[in-house]
Amino acid sequence: MTTTAVSQHQTKWWSGGKSPFNLEYGKLMMWYFLMSDSFTFGAFLISYGTVRFSSNAWPDPNHVFNAFPGAGHSNLPLAFVSLMTFILILSSVTMVLGVHAGHNADKKGVMKWLIWTILGGLAFLSCQAWEWTHLYHEGAWWGRNPFPAANGTVASTNFTNFFFTITGFHGFHVFSGVIINVIMLIMTYKGVFERKGHYLMIEKAGLYWHFVDLVWVFVFLCFYLI
Amino acid sequence: MLPEVTFQFHHTDEEFKRRIRKTTILLSVITLIELGIGLTIYTIHKGEHPNGTLVMMFKGMVCILTLAKAYYIVSVFMHLGDEIRNMIMTIVVPLMLFIWFIIAFIYDGNSYKNLRNKFDKSYYERTGIKKENKSTEHEAHPGGKD
Repeated sequence: MTTTAVSQHQTKWWSGGKSPFNLEYGKLMMWYFLMSDSFTFGAFLISYGTVRFSSNAWPDPNHVFNAFPGAGHSNLPLAFVSLMTFILILSSVTMVLGVHAGHNADKKGVMKWLIWTILGGLAFLSCQAWEWTHLYHEGAWWGRNPFPAANGTVASTNFTNFFFTITGFHGFHVFSGVIINVIMLIMTYKGVFERKGHYLMIEKAGLYWHFVDLVWVFVFLCFYLI
Repeated sequence: MLPEVTFQFHHTDEEFKRRIRKTTILLSVITLIELGIGLTIYTIHKGEHPNGTLVMMFKGMVCILTLAKAYYIVSVFMHLGDEIRNMIMTIVVPLMLFIWFIIAFIYDGNSYKNLRNKFDKSYYERTGIKKENKSTEHEAHPGGKD
């Protein structure tokens, strides 16, 4: 009796028996991992910004990224990267639907939406592989920059170094996200989450996948739009 | 072992679908506007006398639109908006470091450029002055600003 009297005086969330943030431990830790990862990407993008601001001139993205698969030498600025952006946004939407199917313990729904998400991720990676190959054949790579600065002077290799490092780091995140989603798909198929009684693991994979989309929004801004 | 979670989203299927559809449309529309602005910047650069201030204004607009997109992805897709306020704060408050991070480093980069142009004239002549370019493909705009 005395113990109940004491616990009634304690605060609602921190008195034990309940998660203070009303979140599962793993999901909370995923949030903190993503926060730290956002600082990693932030540091990359800010160092890019710093170097760009310290340069007198910089290549014009509209002249560098103007190719489209199968379109030959036609000048199509922003076209291909918008396709990539839409692919990633749509795969984020299918992931949300998969997480929601998980809330409803709908195994078939989870599998269907995970497959769509994986396909979206693979499509994005293929687009990136094509773009990298195209740029490589134009003479761009780490340490090599064939593109002149916008004012007609010779640009340093900072442009290509930052581009390949940051889009490569993001592409690596997409790649690991696809691997995680494939593992989630296999686990769902095998009924692991059905036996556990909840699909929280899908939520954690979903958080990671949305983060990858979130980072792309900023990469798209920094490299292609401004 | 009991799961430690008591978590429930208070969304019915109907409400959820409406919300996701709305957010998807919003994100797509914002992206289209961004593309429109990107192409506008491209057209301005192609013109005879590109207006530097106008370009900077448009670039500022895409930055703001990108932040709006980020807000919708985090708040709706990642459900951060549905979490407990204290939890949201443990994520958002540390991210405020970015305000200092961005301003300090960009300012420093800009200052380095100005000092270098002032004290290293040959560097300025090599990179800071507009080079006449015969090809219209790489039509230049006044350097030094971006």
